Amino acid sequence: MSQDTNKSPRDRMLDRRMFLKGAVAGLALSALPAGANAYDWEKFLQKHFREMNEAELKKVIERLERETSLEWKKKITISTAKAIPDVKFGYGLDLSRCIGCRRCVYACVKENNQSRANQVHWITVLRFKQGEKWADLENSEKYYSSKLVPEEGAFYMPVQCQQCENPPCVKACPAQATWKEPDGIVVIDYNWCIGCRYCMTACPYGARRFNWAKPDIPQNELNPETHYLGNRPRFKGVVEKCTFCIQRTRLGKLPACVEVCPVGARKFGNLLDPKSEIRYLMSNKRVFRLKEDLNTNPKFYYFFAT
Amino acid sequence: MAKKWMFSLILSLVAGALFYLFPVSFCFAGEEKMAQDPDEDLPKLFIPRSGPAENFPCSKCHKYRPVNREKRKLVLNHTTIELKHAEKNRWCFDCHDGDKLRLPNGELVEYDKPYLLCGQCHGTIFRDWKAGIHGKTVGRWVGDKVFYVCVSCHDPHKPKFKQIEPEKQPLRPTEIKLIKK
Repeated sequence: MSQDTNKSPRDRMLDRRMFLKGAVAGLALSALPAGANAYDWEKFLQKHFREMNEAELKKVIERLERETSLEWKKKITISTAKAIPDVKFGYGLDLSRCIGCRRCVYACVKENNQSRANQVHWITVLRFKQGEKWADLENSEKYYSSKLVPEEGAFYMPVQCQQCENPPCVKACPAQATWKEPDGIVVIDYNWCIGCRYCMTACPYGARRFNWAKPDIPQNELNPETHYLGNRPRFKGVVEKCTFCIQRTRLGKLPACVEVCPVGARKFGNLLDPKSEIRYLMSNKRVFRLKEDLNTNPKFYYFFAT
Repeated sequence: MAKKWMFSLILSLVAGALFYLFPVSFCFAGEEKMAQDPDEDLPKLFIPRSGPAENFPCSKCHKYRPVNREKRKLVLNHTTIELKHAEKNRWCFDCHDGDKLRLPNGELVEYDKPYLLCGQCHGTIFRDWKAGIHGKTVGRWVGDKVFYVCVSCHDPHKPKFKQIEPEKQPLRPTEIKLIKK
Protein backbone atom coordinates (compact mmCIF):
# COMPACT_ATOMS: atom_id res chain seq x y z
CA MET A 1 0.00 0.00 0.00
CA SER A 2 3.00 2.26 0.43
CA GLN A 3 3.02 3.26 -3.25
CA ASP A 4 -0.52 4.54 -2.82
CA THR A 5 0.38 7.25 -0.32
CA ASN A 6 0.98 9.87 -3.00
CA LYS A 7 -2.40 9.38 -4.53
CA SER A 8 -5.38 11.41 -3.49
CA PRO A 9 -7.59 9.64 -0.93
CA ARG A 10 -10.48 9.80 -3.35
CA ASP A 11 -8.71 7.46 -5.74
CA ARG A 12 -7.86 4.95 -3.03
CA MET A 13 -9.78 1.69 -3.26
CA LEU A 14 -10.96 0.17 -0.03
CA ASP A 15 -9.72 -3.39 -0.15
CA ARG A 16 -11.75 -6.34 1.15
CA ARG A 17 -9.63 -6.91 4.25
CA MET A 18 -9.84 -3.30 5.39
CA PHE A 19 -13.57 -3.30 4.86
CA LEU A 20 -14.07 -6.40 6.99
CA LYS A 21 -11.85 -5.05 9.78
CA GLY A 22 -13.83 -1.86 9.87
CA ALA A 23 -17.14 -3.67 9.84
CA VAL A 24 -16.17 -5.92 12.77
CA ALA A 25 -14.88 -2.96 14.79
CA GLY A 26 -18.06 -1.05 14.08
CA LEU A 27 -20.27 -3.94 15.13
CA ALA A 28 -18.29 -4.40 18.31
CA LEU A 29 -18.69 -0.72 19.10
CA SER A 30 -22.42 -0.86 18.58
CA ALA A 31 -22.68 -3.76 21.05
CA LEU A 32 -21.65 -1.47 23.87
CA PRO A 33 -23.57 1.58 25.03
CA ALA A 34 -22.35 4.90 23.70
CA GLY A 35 -20.76 6.00 26.97
CA ALA A 36 -18.62 2.88 27.37
CA ASN A 37 -15.25 3.49 29.00
CA ALA A 38 -12.08 1.39 29.19
CA TYR A 39 -13.55 -0.52 32.11
CA ASP A 40 -16.55 -1.70 30.10
CA TRP A 41 -14.27 -2.64 27.24
CA GLU A 42 -12.20 -4.80 29.56
CA LYS A 43 -15.36 -6.52 30.73
CA PHE A 44 -16.58 -6.98 27.18
CA LEU A 45 -13.32 -8.43 25.94
CA GLN A 46 -12.81 -10.86 28.85
CA LYS A 47 -11.59 -14.19 27.51
CA HIS A 48 -12.95 -17.65 28.33
CA PHE A 49 -11.77 -18.81 31.76
CA ARG A 50 -9.73 -21.70 30.38
CA GLU A 51 -8.08 -19.59 27.68
CA MET A 52 -6.68 -16.96 30.02
CA ASN A 53 -3.05 -17.09 31.07
CA GLU A 54 -1.93 -16.33 34.63
CA ALA A 55 -1.45 -12.60 34.04
CA GLU A 56 -4.78 -12.16 32.27
CA LEU A 57 -6.55 -14.16 34.94
CA LYS A 58 -5.02 -12.05 37.69
CA LYS A 59 -6.21 -8.88 36.00
CA VAL A 60 -9.72 -10.24 35.53
CA ILE A 61 -9.94 -11.42 39.14
CA GLU A 62 -8.78 -8.02 40.39
CA ARG A 63 -11.46 -6.32 38.33
CA LEU A 64 -14.16 -8.77 39.41
CA GLU A 65 -13.22 -8.49 43.08
CA ARG A 66 -13.41 -4.69 42.86
CA GLU A 67 -16.68 -4.84 40.96
CA THR A 68 -18.39 -7.36 43.30
CA SER A 69 -17.10 -5.73 46.47
CA LEU A 70 -18.52 -2.41 45.28
CA GLU A 71 -21.81 -3.95 44.26
CA TRP A 72 -22.36 -5.81 47.55
CA LYS A 73 -20.61 -3.24 49.78
CA LYS A 74 -18.45 -5.94 51.33
CA LYS A 75 -14.88 -7.13 50.83
CA ILE A 76 -15.15 -10.20 48.61
CA THR A 77 -12.26 -12.43 47.60
CA ILE A 78 -12.46 -14.57 44.46
CA SER A 79 -10.15 -17.57 44.35
CA THR A 80 -9.11 -19.40 41.22
CA ALA A 81 -7.64 -22.42 43.05
CA LYS A 82 -6.84 -25.16 40.56
CA ALA A 83 -7.84 -28.82 40.88
CA ILE A 84 -5.55 -30.83 43.17
CA PRO A 85 -3.61 -33.45 41.13
CA ASP A 86 -4.64 -37.12 41.55
CA VAL A 87 -8.00 -36.20 43.02
CA LYS A 88 -11.42 -37.08 41.67
CA PHE A 89 -14.22 -36.13 44.03
CA GLY A 90 -16.98 -38.56 44.88
CA TYR A 91 -20.01 -38.23 47.11
CA GLY A 92 -21.91 -40.78 49.16
CA LEU A 93 -25.38 -40.36 50.62
CA ASP A 94 -26.76 -42.87 53.09
CA LEU A 95 -30.47 -43.27 52.33
CA SER A 96 -30.98 -45.48 55.38
CA ARG A 97 -29.98 -42.55 57.62
CA CYS A 98 -31.36 -39.44 55.90
CA ILE A 99 -34.28 -38.03 57.89
CA GLY A 100 -35.33 -35.33 55.41
CA CYS A 101 -34.68 -32.38 57.74
CA ARG A 102 -33.50 -30.06 54.93
CA ARG A 103 -30.57 -28.76 57.00
CA CYS A 104 -28.35 -29.39 53.98
CA VAL A 105 -30.56 -27.30 51.68
CA TYR A 106 -30.20 -24.16 53.74
CA ALA A 107 -26.56 -24.70 54.73
CA CYS A 108 -25.86 -24.82 50.99
CA VAL A 109 -27.88 -21.66 50.33
CA LYS A 110 -25.83 -19.81 52.94
CA GLU A 111 -22.43 -21.14 51.95
CA ASN A 112 -22.93 -20.67 48.23
CA ASN A 113 -24.67 -17.28 48.19
CA GLN A 114 -27.87 -18.45 46.56
CA SER A 115 -30.80 -16.15 45.99
CA ARG A 116 -33.11 -16.33 49.01
CA ALA A 117 -36.42 -14.87 47.85
CA ASN A 118 -36.10 -16.41 44.41
CA GLN A 119 -35.78 -19.89 45.95
CA VAL A 120 -32.59 -20.97 44.26
CA HIS A 121 -31.84 -24.25 46.06
CA TRP A 122 -29.12 -26.54 44.78
CA ILE A 123 -30.41 -29.46 46.87
CA THR A 124 -33.94 -30.83 46.58
CA VAL A 125 -35.09 -33.30 49.21
CA LEU A 126 -37.66 -35.73 47.83
CA ARG A 127 -40.01 -37.71 50.04
CA PHE A 128 -41.14 -41.17 49.02
CA LYS A 129 -43.83 -43.22 50.65
CA GLN A 130 -42.57 -46.60 51.74
CA GLY A 131 -44.02 -49.35 49.60
CA GLU A 132 -44.39 -47.10 46.58
CA LYS A 133 -42.62 -48.15 43.45
CA TRP A 134 -38.95 -47.73 44.24
CA ALA A 135 -37.60 -44.26 43.43
CA ASP A 136 -40.79 -43.20 41.68
CA LEU A 137 -39.51 -39.70 41.02
CA GLU A 138 -42.69 -38.53 39.31
CA ASN A 139 -44.79 -39.17 42.41
CA SER A 140 -42.26 -38.03 44.98
CA GLU A 141 -43.09 -35.07 47.21
CA LYS A 142 -40.81 -32.05 47.21
CA TYR A 143 -43.02 -29.68 49.25
CA TYR A 144 -43.67 -31.89 52.29
CA SER A 145 -44.30 -29.79 55.39
CA SER A 146 -44.71 -32.14 58.34
CA LYS A 147 -44.17 -30.90 61.90
CA LEU A 148 -41.55 -33.55 62.62
CA VAL A 149 -39.28 -35.73 60.51
CA PRO A 150 -38.70 -38.56 59.79
CA GLU A 151 -42.36 -39.29 59.23
CA GLU A 152 -43.78 -42.74 59.77
CA GLY A 153 -43.73 -44.77 56.56
CA ALA A 154 -41.65 -42.32 54.55
CA PHE A 155 -38.09 -42.14 53.32
CA TYR A 156 -36.16 -39.25 51.86
CA MET A 157 -33.73 -38.75 49.02
CA PRO A 158 -31.86 -35.48 48.55
CA VAL A 159 -30.97 -34.79 44.93
CA GLN A 160 -28.35 -32.33 43.75
CA CYS A 161 -25.86 -32.13 40.89
CA GLN A 162 -24.55 -35.67 40.38
CA GLN A 163 -21.25 -34.43 38.90
CA CYS A 164 -21.49 -36.83 35.96
CA GLU A 165 -18.34 -38.12 34.31
CA ASN A 166 -20.27 -37.93 31.07
CA PRO A 167 -22.28 -34.75 31.65
CA PRO A 168 -25.13 -34.10 29.21
CA CYS A 169 -25.30 -30.44 30.29
CA VAL A 170 -21.76 -29.81 29.05
CA LYS A 171 -22.61 -31.27 25.66
CA ALA A 172 -25.72 -29.09 25.40
CA CYS A 173 -24.02 -25.75 26.14
CA PRO A 174 -23.63 -23.79 22.90
CA ALA A 175 -21.15 -21.34 24.47
CA GLN A 176 -18.86 -23.81 26.25
CA ALA A 177 -19.60 -21.91 29.43
CA THR A 178 -19.83 -25.15 31.44
CA TRP A 179 -17.27 -27.93 31.54
CA LYS A 180 -15.83 -30.72 33.68
CA GLU A 181 -12.73 -29.86 35.70
CA PRO A 182 -9.85 -32.36 36.15
CA ASP A 183 -11.09 -33.20 39.68
CA GLY A 184 -14.46 -34.18 38.23
CA ILE A 185 -16.48 -31.12 39.25
CA VAL A 186 -18.75 -29.72 36.54
CA VAL A 187 -18.45 -25.94 36.72
CA ILE A 188 -19.95 -22.86 35.08
CA ASP A 189 -18.22 -19.64 34.08
CA TYR A 190 -20.89 -17.08 35.03
CA ASN A 191 -19.19 -14.46 32.89
CA TRP A 192 -19.46 -16.70 29.85
CA CYS A 193 -22.97 -18.12 30.34
CA ILE A 194 -25.48 -16.65 27.90
CA GLY A 195 -28.51 -17.87 29.86
CA CYS A 196 -30.06 -20.01 27.13
CA ARG A 197 -30.91 -22.75 29.67
CA TYR A 198 -30.19 -25.58 27.23
CA CYS A 199 -28.16 -27.23 30.01
CA MET A 200 -31.17 -27.21 32.32
CA THR A 201 -33.21 -29.14 29.78
CA ALA A 202 -30.34 -31.53 29.15
CA CYS A 203 -29.80 -32.38 32.84
CA PRO A 204 -31.76 -35.51 33.77
CA TYR A 205 -31.54 -34.69 37.49
CA GLY A 206 -33.03 -31.19 37.47
CA ALA A 207 -29.93 -29.98 39.24
CA ARG A 208 -29.44 -26.63 37.52
CA ARG A 209 -31.08 -23.37 38.56
CA PHE A 210 -31.62 -20.16 36.64
CA ASN A 211 -31.32 -16.64 38.03
CA TRP A 212 -34.51 -14.98 36.85
CA ALA A 213 -33.54 -11.92 38.86
CA LYS A 214 -30.49 -10.50 40.56
CA PRO A 215 -29.71 -12.78 43.53
CA ASP A 216 -31.38 -11.66 46.73
CA ILE A 217 -28.73 -12.17 49.43
CA PRO A 218 -28.82 -10.36 52.78
CA GLN A 219 -25.61 -8.34 52.81
CA ASN A 220 -24.59 -9.55 56.29
CA GLU A 221 -25.08 -13.20 55.29
CA LEU A 222 -23.06 -12.95 52.08
CA ASN A 223 -20.16 -15.41 52.20
CA PRO A 224 -17.15 -13.31 51.18
CA GLU A 225 -14.80 -16.26 50.56
CA THR A 226 -15.66 -17.26 47.03
CA HIS A 227 -14.33 -19.12 44.03
CA TYR A 228 -14.60 -17.92 40.43
CA LEU A 229 -16.29 -21.17 39.37
CA GLY A 230 -18.28 -21.57 42.57
CA ASN A 231 -20.06 -19.35 45.03
CA ARG A 232 -19.24 -15.82 43.90
CA PRO A 233 -22.43 -13.77 43.64
CA ARG A 234 -24.10 -14.57 40.33
CA PHE A 235 -25.57 -12.21 37.75
CA LYS A 236 -29.11 -12.01 36.56
CA GLY A 237 -29.67 -14.40 33.66
CA VAL A 238 -27.07 -17.07 34.36
CA VAL A 239 -27.40 -20.73 35.32
CA GLU A 240 -25.91 -22.13 38.53
CA LYS A 241 -25.66 -25.48 40.33
CA CYS A 242 -23.89 -27.51 43.01
CA THR A 243 -20.08 -27.47 42.68
CA PHE A 244 -19.30 -29.76 45.65
CA CYS A 245 -18.43 -26.46 47.42
CA ILE A 246 -15.42 -25.98 45.14
CA GLN A 247 -14.21 -23.07 47.30
CA ARG A 248 -13.98 -25.42 50.31
CA THR A 249 -13.09 -28.81 48.85
CA ARG A 250 -10.13 -27.56 46.83
CA LEU A 251 -8.67 -26.37 50.14
CA GLY A 252 -9.20 -29.82 51.69
CA LYS A 253 -12.33 -28.88 53.61
CA LEU A 254 -15.64 -30.76 53.47
CA PRO A 255 -18.68 -29.42 51.62
CA ALA A 256 -21.14 -27.44 53.76
CA CYS A 257 -23.90 -30.04 53.40
CA VAL A 258 -21.62 -32.78 54.76
CA GLU A 259 -20.66 -30.67 57.77
CA VAL A 260 -24.22 -29.74 58.68
CA CYS A 261 -25.95 -33.13 58.31
CA PRO A 262 -27.20 -34.01 61.84
CA VAL A 263 -27.23 -37.76 61.19
CA GLY A 264 -23.96 -38.04 59.29
CA ALA A 265 -25.63 -39.43 56.18
CA ARG A 266 -23.37 -37.51 53.80
CA LYS A 267 -19.88 -38.76 52.88
CA PHE A 268 -17.29 -37.09 50.72
CA GLY A 269 -13.86 -38.08 49.52
CA ASN A 270 -11.35 -38.84 46.82
CA LEU A 271 -12.38 -41.65 44.47
CA LEU A 272 -8.75 -42.27 43.50
CA ASP A 273 -7.66 -42.92 47.11
CA PRO A 274 -8.33 -46.60 47.91
CA LYS A 275 -8.34 -45.83 51.64
CA SER A 276 -11.02 -43.11 51.45
CA GLU A 277 -14.42 -43.63 53.03
CA ILE A 278 -16.13 -43.21 49.67
CA ARG A 279 -14.18 -46.18 48.32
CA TYR A 280 -15.02 -48.18 51.46
CA LEU A 281 -18.72 -47.64 51.02
CA MET A 282 -18.56 -48.41 47.32
CA SER A 283 -16.98 -51.80 47.97
CA ASN A 284 -18.83 -52.73 51.20
CA LYS A 285 -22.33 -51.27 50.96
CA ARG A 286 -25.30 -51.54 48.66
CA VAL A 287 -24.79 -48.67 46.25
CA PHE A 288 -26.79 -47.25 43.38
CA ARG A 289 -26.60 -44.19 41.21
CA LEU A 290 -29.57 -42.19 40.02
CA LYS A 291 -30.74 -42.92 36.47
CA GLU A 292 -27.67 -45.03 35.84
CA ASP A 293 -29.22 -46.29 32.60
CA LEU A 294 -28.70 -42.89 30.97
CA ASN A 295 -24.94 -43.51 30.87
CA THR A 296 -24.21 -40.18 32.55
CA ASN A 297 -21.84 -41.98 34.93
CA PRO A 298 -22.54 -39.87 38.05
CA LYS A 299 -19.99 -39.57 40.86
CA PHE A 300 -22.78 -39.32 43.41
CA TYR A 301 -23.40 -42.65 45.13
CA TYR A 302 -26.54 -43.36 47.11
CA PHE A 303 -25.98 -46.19 49.56
CA PHE A 304 -27.58 -48.10 52.42
CA ALA A 305 -25.39 -48.50 55.49
CA THR A 306 -27.70 -51.08 57.05
CA MET B 1 4.21 -46.59 128.46
CA ALA B 2 3.73 -43.64 126.05
CA LYS B 3 4.88 -45.86 123.19
CA LYS B 4 2.27 -48.46 124.01
CA TRP B 5 -0.42 -45.78 124.18
CA MET B 6 0.57 -44.37 120.81
CA PHE B 7 0.55 -47.85 119.32
CA SER B 8 -2.97 -48.59 120.51
CA LEU B 9 -4.20 -45.22 119.25
CA ILE B 10 -2.83 -45.85 115.75
CA LEU B 11 -4.26 -49.37 115.76
CA SER B 12 -7.72 -48.14 116.70
CA LEU B 13 -7.56 -45.40 114.04
CA VAL B 14 -6.60 -47.88 111.35
CA ALA B 15 -9.33 -50.26 112.46
CA GLY B 16 -11.87 -47.46 112.43
CA ALA B 17 -10.80 -46.29 109.02
CA LEU B 18 -10.99 -49.81 107.66
CA PHE B 19 -14.46 -50.32 109.13
CA TYR B 20 -15.75 -47.06 107.77
CA LEU B 21 -14.28 -47.24 104.30
CA PHE B 22 -14.82 -50.93 103.67
CA PRO B 23 -18.25 -50.82 101.99
CA VAL B 24 -17.30 -47.95 99.76
CA SER B 25 -13.94 -49.32 98.78
CA PHE B 26 -15.52 -52.65 98.01
CA CYS B 27 -17.68 -51.02 95.41
CA PHE B 28 -14.97 -48.92 93.91
CA ALA B 29 -11.78 -50.95 94.10
CA GLY B 30 -13.03 -53.50 91.57
CA GLU B 31 -10.52 -54.78 89.12
CA GLU B 32 -8.39 -51.84 88.11
CA LYS B 33 -7.12 -53.72 85.09
CA MET B 34 -7.80 -51.40 82.15
CA ALA B 35 -8.87 -52.76 78.83
CA GLN B 36 -6.36 -52.36 76.03
CA ASP B 37 -7.38 -50.69 72.79
CA PRO B 38 -8.33 -53.66 70.65
CA ASP B 39 -6.64 -52.48 67.51
CA GLU B 40 -4.65 -49.70 66.02
CA ASP B 41 -7.02 -48.90 63.16
CA LEU B 42 -8.96 -46.60 65.46
CA PRO B 43 -9.42 -42.94 64.54
CA LYS B 44 -7.07 -40.43 66.12
CA LEU B 45 -9.15 -37.28 66.62
CA PHE B 46 -12.47 -37.04 68.38
CA ILE B 47 -15.20 -34.57 69.11
CA PRO B 48 -15.44 -34.84 72.88
CA ARG B 49 -18.63 -36.28 74.30
CA SER B 50 -21.49 -33.90 74.68
CA GLY B 51 -24.42 -34.15 77.04
CA PRO B 52 -24.71 -33.35 80.71
CA ALA B 53 -21.75 -34.41 82.79
CA GLU B 54 -22.86 -32.89 86.11
CA ASN B 55 -22.83 -36.36 87.67
CA PHE B 56 -19.28 -37.10 86.59
CA PRO B 57 -17.08 -38.37 88.20
CA CYS B 58 -19.32 -40.87 89.97
CA SER B 59 -16.95 -40.96 92.94
CA LYS B 60 -17.91 -37.36 93.67
CA CYS B 61 -20.91 -38.76 95.58
CA HIS B 62 -20.35 -42.49 95.65
CA LYS B 63 -17.19 -42.09 97.66
CA TYR B 64 -19.43 -41.39 100.62
CA ARG B 65 -22.65 -43.04 99.54
CA PRO B 66 -22.73 -46.77 98.90
CA VAL B 67 -24.41 -47.77 95.65
CA ASN B 68 -27.73 -49.56 95.57
CA ARG B 69 -27.46 -52.31 93.00
CA GLU B 70 -31.11 -53.21 93.00
CA LYS B 71 -33.09 -52.64 89.80
CA ARG B 72 -35.79 -50.14 90.69
CA LYS B 73 -37.45 -46.89 89.68
CA LEU B 74 -34.96 -44.09 90.35
CA VAL B 75 -36.65 -41.43 92.49
CA LEU B 76 -33.95 -39.78 94.60
CA ASN B 77 -31.08 -39.42 92.16
CA HIS B 78 -30.42 -39.87 88.45
CA THR B 79 -34.07 -39.05 87.81
CA THR B 80 -33.24 -37.57 84.41
CA ILE B 81 -31.98 -40.92 83.17
CA GLU B 82 -34.57 -42.94 81.32
CA LEU B 83 -33.25 -46.34 80.33
CA LYS B 84 -34.59 -47.40 76.95
CA HIS B 85 -31.79 -49.55 75.66
CA ALA B 86 -32.48 -53.26 76.14
CA GLU B 87 -33.79 -52.21 79.55
CA LYS B 88 -35.38 -55.60 80.26
CA ASN B 89 -32.08 -57.32 80.77
CA ARG B 90 -29.90 -54.39 81.78
CA TRP B 91 -29.20 -52.16 84.74
CA CYS B 92 -26.61 -49.52 85.64
CA PHE B 93 -23.82 -51.87 86.62
CA ASP B 94 -23.82 -53.72 83.33
CA CYS B 95 -22.00 -50.72 81.88
CA HIS B 96 -20.83 -48.63 84.85
CA ASP B 97 -18.19 -49.49 87.39
CA GLY B 98 -16.72 -46.80 89.56
CA ASP B 99 -15.52 -43.91 87.44
CA LYS B 100 -15.11 -46.18 84.45
CA LEU B 101 -17.22 -47.95 81.88
CA ARG B 102 -17.45 -51.70 82.23
CA LEU B 103 -17.24 -54.12 79.32
CA PRO B 104 -19.23 -57.38 79.50
CA ASN B 105 -16.06 -59.30 80.38
CA GLY B 106 -15.41 -57.05 83.36
CA GLU B 107 -12.64 -54.96 81.85
CA LEU B 108 -12.84 -51.23 82.46
CA VAL B 109 -12.55 -48.45 79.88
CA GLU B 110 -12.37 -44.69 80.23
CA TYR B 111 -15.41 -42.51 79.61
CA ASP B 112 -13.80 -40.85 76.61
CA LYS B 113 -13.65 -44.19 74.78
CA PRO B 114 -17.34 -45.14 74.74
CA TYR B 115 -16.95 -46.79 71.33
CA LEU B 116 -15.07 -49.66 72.99
CA LEU B 117 -18.16 -50.41 75.08
CA CYS B 118 -20.78 -49.79 72.38
CA GLY B 119 -18.80 -51.83 69.87
CA GLN B 120 -19.12 -54.91 72.09
CA CYS B 121 -22.72 -55.38 70.97
CA HIS B 122 -22.86 -53.23 67.82
CA GLY B 123 -19.89 -54.76 66.08
CA THR B 124 -20.85 -54.04 62.49
CA ILE B 125 -21.68 -50.43 63.33
CA PHE B 126 -18.33 -50.14 65.12
CA ARG B 127 -16.56 -51.40 62.01
CA ASP B 128 -18.40 -48.89 59.83
CA TRP B 129 -17.72 -46.09 62.30
CA LYS B 130 -13.97 -46.75 62.23
CA ALA B 131 -14.11 -46.49 58.43
CA GLY B 132 -15.98 -43.19 58.72
CA ILE B 133 -19.25 -44.53 57.32
CA HIS B 134 -21.47 -44.69 60.39
CA GLY B 135 -21.75 -41.38 62.20
CA LYS B 136 -20.19 -38.13 61.29
CA THR B 137 -16.72 -36.82 60.59
CA VAL B 138 -15.90 -33.16 60.26
CA GLY B 139 -12.89 -31.06 59.38
CA ARG B 140 -11.21 -32.19 56.22
CA TRP B 141 -11.71 -34.87 53.58
CA VAL B 142 -7.94 -35.23 53.27
CA GLY B 143 -5.67 -36.27 56.14
CA ASP B 144 -6.83 -36.80 59.71
CA LYS B 145 -10.57 -36.43 60.16
CA VAL B 146 -12.30 -35.48 63.39
CA PHE B 147 -14.73 -38.20 64.45
CA TYR B 148 -17.87 -37.78 66.49
CA VAL B 149 -17.96 -40.57 69.12
CA CYS B 150 -21.10 -42.63 69.79
CA VAL B 151 -22.33 -40.47 72.66
CA SER B 152 -21.84 -37.21 70.73
CA CYS B 153 -25.03 -38.08 68.85
CA HIS B 154 -26.74 -40.89 70.79
CA ASP B 155 -27.93 -40.74 74.39
CA PRO B 156 -26.46 -44.05 75.60
CA HIS B 157 -29.44 -44.65 77.90
CA LYS B 158 -31.95 -43.96 75.13
CA PRO B 159 -30.04 -44.21 71.88
CA LYS B 160 -32.83 -43.97 69.33
CA PHE B 161 -32.86 -40.62 67.53
CA LYS B 162 -35.77 -38.34 68.31
CA GLN B 163 -37.79 -36.78 65.51
CA ILE B 164 -36.76 -33.23 64.73
CA GLU B 165 -38.41 -30.26 63.10
CA PRO B 166 -37.54 -29.91 59.41
CA GLU B 167 -36.51 -26.63 57.82
CA LYS B 168 -39.25 -24.89 55.85
CA GLN B 169 -40.33 -26.34 52.54
CA PRO B 170 -39.34 -24.62 49.29
CA LEU B 171 -41.94 -22.32 47.78
CA ARG B 172 -43.88 -23.49 44.78
CA PRO B 173 -43.03 -21.55 41.62
CA THR B 174 -46.41 -19.77 41.72
CA GLU B 175 -45.73 -18.54 45.26
CA ILE B 176 -42.37 -16.96 44.44
CA LYS B 177 -42.40 -13.18 44.34
CA LEU B 178 -39.42 -12.25 42.21
CA ILE B 179 -37.40 -9.47 43.69
CA LYS B 180 -36.66 -7.07 40.88
CA LYS B 181 -33.68 -4.86 41.35
